Amino acid sequence: MSDHPKLAEKFASNTNRMKWHDKALWFVRQKRDIQAQSLPEWEALRDKADAIKTHTLANLDHYLSAFETNARKRDIEVHWARDAQEHNKIVLDILRRNGATKLVKSKSMLTEECHLNPFLEENGIDVVDTDLGERIVQLRHEPPSHIVLPAIHLKKEDVGTTFEKFLHTQKGNSDPTYLTHEARKHLREKFLGADAALTGVNFAISETGGIVVCTNEGNADLGASLPKLHIASMGIEKIIPRLKDLSVFTRLLARSATGQPITTYTSHYHSPQHEGEMHIIIVDNGRSQILGNKKYVKSLQCIRCGACLNTCPIYRRSGGYSYGYTIPGPIGSTLGASKAIQKNASLPFACSLCASCSNICPVKVDLHEQLYLHRQDVVDAGLLDKTKHRALKMATWVMKHPMIMDSGGKIARKLVPILPRNLLYSKFNVWGKNRELPPFPKQSFKELYKERKK
Amino acid sequence: MTSKAYILDQIRTNIAKQNTTQVALPDLEIAHDDYHDKDKQFAQALQSVGGMAHWLDTQENIETFIQEHYQHHGTIATSMDLQIEHINPNDVQDPHELKNVDLAVVKGEFAVAENAAVWLQDHENINRSLYFIAQRLLIVVKKEHIVASMHEAYEQINFKENTFGTFISGPSKTADIEQALVIGAHGAMECMVLFI
Ligand code: SF4
Repeated sequence: MSDHPKLAEKFASNTNRMKWHDKALWFVRQKRDIQAQSLPEWEALRDKADAIKTHTLANLDHYLSAFETNARKRDIEVHWARDAQEHNKIVLDILRRNGATKLVKSKSMLTEECHLNPFLEENGIDVVDTDLGERIVQLRHEPPSHIVLPAIHLKKEDVGTTFEKFLHTQKGNSDPTYLTHEARKHLREKFLGADAALTGVNFAISETGGIVVCTNEGNADLGASLPKLHIASMGIEKIIPRLKDLSVFTRLLARSATGQPITTYTSHYHSPQHEGEMHIIIVDNGRSQILGNKKYVKSLQCIRCGACLNTCPIYRRSGGYSYGYTIPGPIGSTLGASKAIQKNASLPFACSLCASCSNICPVKVDLHEQLYLHRQDVVDAGLLDKTKHRALKMATWVMKHPMIMDSGGKIARKLVPILPRNLLYSKFNVWGKNRELPPFPKQSFKELYKERKK
Repeated sequence: MTSKAYILDQIRTNIAKQNTTQVALPDLEIAHDDYHDKDKQFAQALQSVGGMAHWLDTQENIETFIQEHYQHHGTIATSMDLQIEHINPNDVQDPHELKNVDLAVVKGEFAVAENAAVWLQDHENINRSLYFIAQRLLIVVKKEHIVASMHEAYEQINFKENTFGTFISGPSKTADIEQALVIGAHGAMECMVLFI
């Protein structure tokens, strides 16, 4: 069971690193703002994206079937997997049939969700993640801590020591350019020696039967064009109806993700390469259940840009691992709660309901509203943390009794300013860690309101 | 029941359960900038992502440009008809043989001013790896083949005879180590767009 507050506390206890993490992500958020503001049509694009996705989800069976038919016409083999196990088995079967033992992978949160790597490794497949950030965390035996920036939690010195150990780089050299170019050499060997490539899918086009993969590094592209075997894994929600719909999504994706006008590579695969084989695996793994829930269905519109993570004050200060779920941050909190509320009951509370995530989301997922609704589900299911439950009950009681609320406020305004610091910021005041109380006003809002009305 | 039938069935049942009103697929008429100087916009955008653009004038030709700009070069690969020493990437049977290509000279269909992406879709190019394996990339585009935005771009794209196409915007890059931008991750370390 994930316990966000405990894990977040662990991360935030290193104040310097927490602040550094916060700043690094805010920097990405600001780059996104510059890009979004440079397009007067930004809101129109979001509206179109929202409409396309809403329409597609309501007709998903149709678009998936048509996609399969069109892909088959292009000699692409299409497979369907109900869950993670079936997906992993299909991948292994394809590899075995081709006698492939060395696999290069590009970023795919879906395969993280399916725990594909450990499964393949147990079955004798050598799996190499080729996105630089993913390679770094793979060498460290860590999962990604962010969906677009997998190693955002690490400092360059951490990467330096990791590479010293595994790639035998110069001792103490943690220059990002040096390290990146060493990784380039190391990974080129892996690309050239691979028997097969596995990529994720950013968009699958129903009308044409092809898929689109976006990267900045070119790792998916190099992988999928060297070995003759290419496997692509996609969730059922990755489908879009028409080729031209990409004009909307390619304009929104990279701008929202990293603040670039477009990713360096946006590759459209519409058949196996020359004398090669191409497979696409369409995976459900709990998604169709979310489709049936009006409250949460919009979470399936997500294009995994990561903007909601970068903007979220909680994510920035608690780190990706505090969520204990494959996808961290606002979108992961709602997906996790939809999937297994018991296991992820603390996630909808990892939120201040500031609504920043919903405002920034390029496809208009109503994230903070979903988290608010999930909280109610958590309470209804009797899963709320006891301390929190008691505190909330108490607060409800106080607020229901205006006399008590008013006099309580009066006492607090008099008392708090004269209390000694060590009493105020004792360990019982969890909120007071790293924060200062605001100055207390002389009068309550109610008193002020009455006075002004006179 | 096959997994396909099962998944489609689950999808149908759940859509029905939700009982949503249909939203029509929208038209994509979106007002967007036409850039009165598309070339300038393209050049600026490309520079901001680490690439370079050059417009050939009438006295220059591609060969002289390559000689001047790439004085020290290793193997050049191109399927274009050029009077310089090169290998034809379509002559190699195995895409791995392109691993030592220093400079790939490839044909770009058109350029997009908005984001400095160039559309590459050459159904005569057998080895897709050429675009990604070369150390340096020289993309040749006709001067008049430039559009304002991605909306116009996708109007020109189809997959009737083509099996692969890619937008490339600048050299390969990453910022995975402490958000420091580094040019030259796995693909080309240098990307030049040459308008002829
Ligand atoms: S509403 Fe909640 S989840 Fe969204 S950005 Fe604010 S704190 Fe984070």
